[in-house]
Amino acid sequence: MFDNLSDKLNSVFKKLKGHGKLSEKNIDEGLREVRMALLEADAHYRVVKQLIADIRARAIGQEVLESLTPAQQVIKIVNEELTALMGSEKEALNLSGAMPQAVMLVGLQGSGKTTTAGKLAVHLRKNGKKPYLVPLDVYRPAAIDQLKKLGEQLSVPVFDSSPEMDPVEIAQKARQKAPSEGCDTLVLDTAGRLHVDSELMNELSRIQKAIEPSDVLLIADAMTGQDAVNMAESFDQALDLGGIVLTKMDGDARGGAALSIKAVTGKPVKFIGVGEKTNALEEFHPDRMASRILGM
Amino acid sequence: ADKNVLDRQNMEEIEEALITADVGMDTTMKLIGRIEANAAQISGPEQLRTFLKQEMRKVFENVAQPAPVAETPHVVMVVGVNGVGKTTTIGKLAFQYRCQGAGVLIGAADTFRAAAVEQLTIWAQRADAAIVAHRENTDPAAVAFDTVEAGISRSIDRVIIDTAGRLHTKVNLMEQLKKIKRSIGKKLPGAPHEVLLVLDATTGQNALAQAKMFHEGIGVTGLILTKLDGTARGGIVVGICDAMKLPIHYIGVGEAMEDLQPFDHEAFIDALF
Ligand SMILES: Nc1nc2c(ncn2[C@@H]2O[C@H](COP(=O)(O)OP(=O)(O)OP(=O)(O)O)[C@@H](O)[C@H]2O)c(=O)[nH]1
Ligand SMILES: Nc1nc2c(ncn2[C@@H]2O[C@H](COP(=O)(O)OP(=O)(O)OP(=O)(O)O)[C@@H](O)[C@H]2O)c(=O)[nH]1
Ligand SMILES: [K+]
Ligand SMILES: [Mg+2]
Ligand SMILES: [Mg+2]
Repeated sequence: MFDNLSDKLNSVFKKLKGHGKLSEKNIDEGLREVRMALLEADAHYRVVKQLIADIRARAIGQEVLESLTPAQQVIKIVNEELTALMGSEKEALNLSGAMPQAVMLVGLQGSGKTTTAGKLAVHLRKNGKKPYLVPLDVYRPAAIDQLKKLGEQLSVPVFDSSPEMDPVEIAQKARQKAPSEGCDTLVLDTAGRLHVDSELMNELSRIQKAIEPSDVLLIADAMTGQDAVNMAESFDQALDLGGIVLTKMDGDARGGAALSIKAVTGKPVKFIGVGEKTNALEEFHPDRMASRILGM
Repeated sequence: ADKNVLDRQNMEEIEEALITADVGMDTTMKLIGRIEANAAQISGPEQLRTFLKQEMRKVFENVAQPAPVAETPHVVMVVGVNGVGKTTTIGKLAFQYRCQGAGVLIGAADTFRAAAVEQLTIWAQRADAAIVAHRENTDPAAVAFDTVEAGISRSIDRVIIDTAGRLHTKVNLMEQLKKIKRSIGKKLPGAPHEVLLVLDATTGQNALAQAKMFHEGIGVTGLILTKLDGTARGGIVVGICDAMKLPIHYIGVGEAMEDLQPFDHEAFIDALF
């Protein structure tokens, strides 16, 4: 595990060790490599600072100083801390409450909401649900068409929105109509928006109040950089998120944004997106994410 | 000047400012190295900022010059990973060209994503540009070819080709992009005259890999940095421009047709840290 970082740590500690036990200073030399790996993966500067402090406290608390294999020991601590931060239990979609239930998808422009809506419809159907796709993006050109086409491809009903309608009104009408369409679970595809756009953030709150979705998922791009903390914090403050979907994980982004988002919201990553096709949605594995972030 | 004036705290603040702007570890270390090498001339935090800005200015001044618009049609191909803003940027670009009095024809060579053609068609209408589109799931290289052909026969000044978003790691999709480029060149030798890579300012260090792979794959001539209207600062382009000497043509600052501005490196650096 973590071969790359292990090699680096081994060479650091070998150089330093020489005379028996490692000193605190030696540990710090090693942790510099860990810090570098985390920052290169786009984990947020402050999040990394806290993580390194936690790892250091454990590392110098005898766990490493006395060890014959200090690099392995440090790696073990790093892995445990990362995995713990990322959440160790799997969390499913929350589908509690009155019928029809609703899952609401929110996020920045282009993060993958509409595509994920299609993927979630597939997931829900596999789990015996009857999804209803609801286009609430009345702003982006052809956003409604995009979801309608996905619904057609998947043979999942799509509410017939039009750009002249108000998103709250669409959501309410869709909920009324769901039973007659044979549907029990709404998937609400909202327009992409910046977290600093107060008017549009307000719109999300209004949709949430009107529909009371059982789950609200932040759809976040795995390639996101340092801004992930600001973005995630704002969406969580406005909506009290139920979970995260990390998209575009089929690329080579290390995905440190996952750490940042988890650190500021505390909300679980529920799924990852691993492709453009409607079946490319997978469960999230915190341990795999930890090794990916460290680039191993 | 006293070397000690730049204490650990100053350096840490600089490091934090650069890293949180997505400048990245490598470029940050490089810049800090430059500070240390020039510490004798830097006598306090203010000079430190001035020095850093000067170093960054050098990066943006030391890039290739954009291609002159000499031929008709002048063909621009727009590429990038998924969701960065290619189609929207094409709408904005077409509008700018139209405002300059040029005739514009757009090719809908994203034949993959659901409703990509519908989206581009709306943008073409807004910008008062013509569009060439085939049915969904047809060969994007054929669309590009037909668009250039139509551009030539209708004596249109500017042709812009939209392409489907693709991750730089997907070999088959990068091959498809090369094929699109080749078919443009087959119809009009020397074209495309520009290959613009769209980067999203919210992207972190992965943007460097994107720039490298697209450049190696099809030869990028310039960059467009979108979504600078949020709180992300897009610092990753410092390292990209430094390594690849590519000019940044425009920045995207919103979702409306007017929200495309020429890149002004002074303003960009000022906003960076
Ligand atoms: N490779 C890959 N591409 C993805 C994934 N998820 C979404 N995409 C692509 O990302 C682009 C944007 O996806 P959309 O679903 O339109 O994103 P959105 O958040 O709805 O965008 P807006 O509505 O404009 O805010 C499209 O090209 C999708 O095909 C993923 O997991 N992997
Ligand atoms: N805030 C903001 N949003 C932008 C900007 N440029 C594009 N967008 C939005 O980003 C989202 C994705 O834009 P598209 O133009 O569809 O991106 P694309 O690269 O063509 O996406 P694919 O074709 O799916 O790969 C849309 O919601 C756009 O409105 C910008 O400069 N600022
Ligand atoms: K993005
Ligand atoms: Mg969408
Ligand atoms: Mg597009």
